[in-house]
Amino acid sequence: MTHPVSASPAAALPMTEGLPGLVADFSSDQRAFKNVPWGKAMMWIFLLSDTFIFSSFLIAYMWVRMSTTVPWPNPSEVFALNLFGKDIPLILIAIMTFVLISSSGTMAMAVKFGYEKNKKMTFILLLVTAALGATFVGMQAFEWTKLIVEEGVRPWSNPMGAPQFGAAFFMITGFHGTHVSIGVIFLIIMAVKVLRGDLDHERPGFMTGRKGSYEMVEIMGLYWHFVDLVWVFIFAFFYLW
Amino acid sequence: MAHAQGQQHPIGVYLKIWALLFVLSTASYLVDYFHFQGYLRWSLILIFMFLKAGLIIAVFMHMVWERLALMYAILVPPLLLIVLLGIGTLDADYTFFTRDKFFGPAPASTAPAAAKHHK
Repeated sequence: MTHPVSASPAAALPMTEGLPGLVADFSSDQRAFKNVPWGKAMMWIFLLSDTFIFSSFLIAYMWVRMSTTVPWPNPSEVFALNLFGKDIPLILIAIMTFVLISSSGTMAMAVKFGYEKNKKMTFILLLVTAALGATFVGMQAFEWTKLIVEEGVRPWSNPMGAPQFGAAFFMITGFHGTHVSIGVIFLIIMAVKVLRGDLDHERPGFMTGRKGSYEMVEIMGLYWHFVDLVWVFIFAFFYLW
Repeated sequence: MAHAQGQQHPIGVYLKIWALLFVLSTASYLVDYFHFQGYLRWSLILIFMFLKAGLIIAVFMHMVWERLALMYAILVPPLLLIVLLGIGTLDADYTFFTRDKFFGPAPASTAPAAAKHHK
């Protein structure tokens, strides 16, 4: 193949679909991920590595829970909240789940409006996403405070049962909360860039010579949806199991 | 295809998936609320979890519209985690057994293969 390299070489070449396409893409002696900006491929690979980190945490949590001879604290009761005079199991966690899912919904729409070059809607939706993310972190801070101050949970002990409970809880939700916090910061940065027109005018970023484009909103979105995705697994395995 | 790069889909797709995720989250919350126990609880939790995860990856993260090369590069490697899961299960079971036998209360050590996992 001696085609001259055009601006978007991948789009210019005929592409096979299905499994033969998979083989052709990987053996093309070019970039393997066609139709995808490299930043997006890199984000996916980062998320793949993050998947392994969170999975290792969750599997380690499974190990300590299975191997302890002391009964595991019942998360349904530990995370119950007294509302209107009665204990409602897991209610705060359920609300946090809905908040994070909603933020994923607004993020998906921000990406859509971004590709339509609708600056105003993208900006608003990015800010709403950031606000929902910040709400999530706030609720998590409330939950941690309640657990540490009122229930006396520590990474090495707790009054309810197996001492490993605290270690697993703080490690897993702490790492996830850090991801959400970093996401909120980047969402705000991205919102400002959208509003300033950095993406429209392809201005390079603060620490990079790369030109701005609305693909960056989608790449940001991938990270944000991943944070939501991890929460799905934490919710299932830590809170519901 | 009109757009070589970038993902453009009608807004309705996202709204529908959003609603579906709400329904699934409510369903998984109700599993706890109604105190389902045992295999029913665990299988329901897993079903709702995988459905939610699948919807997020497929639609919100646009994976269904990506080429197979990216799909396989990202979705196949995590299958390795099944090995770690298997090793962890074997080891945790063994550790539980030895802890119960050597550090557990005296009657528990003589009981024939009794108390598996305490809940």
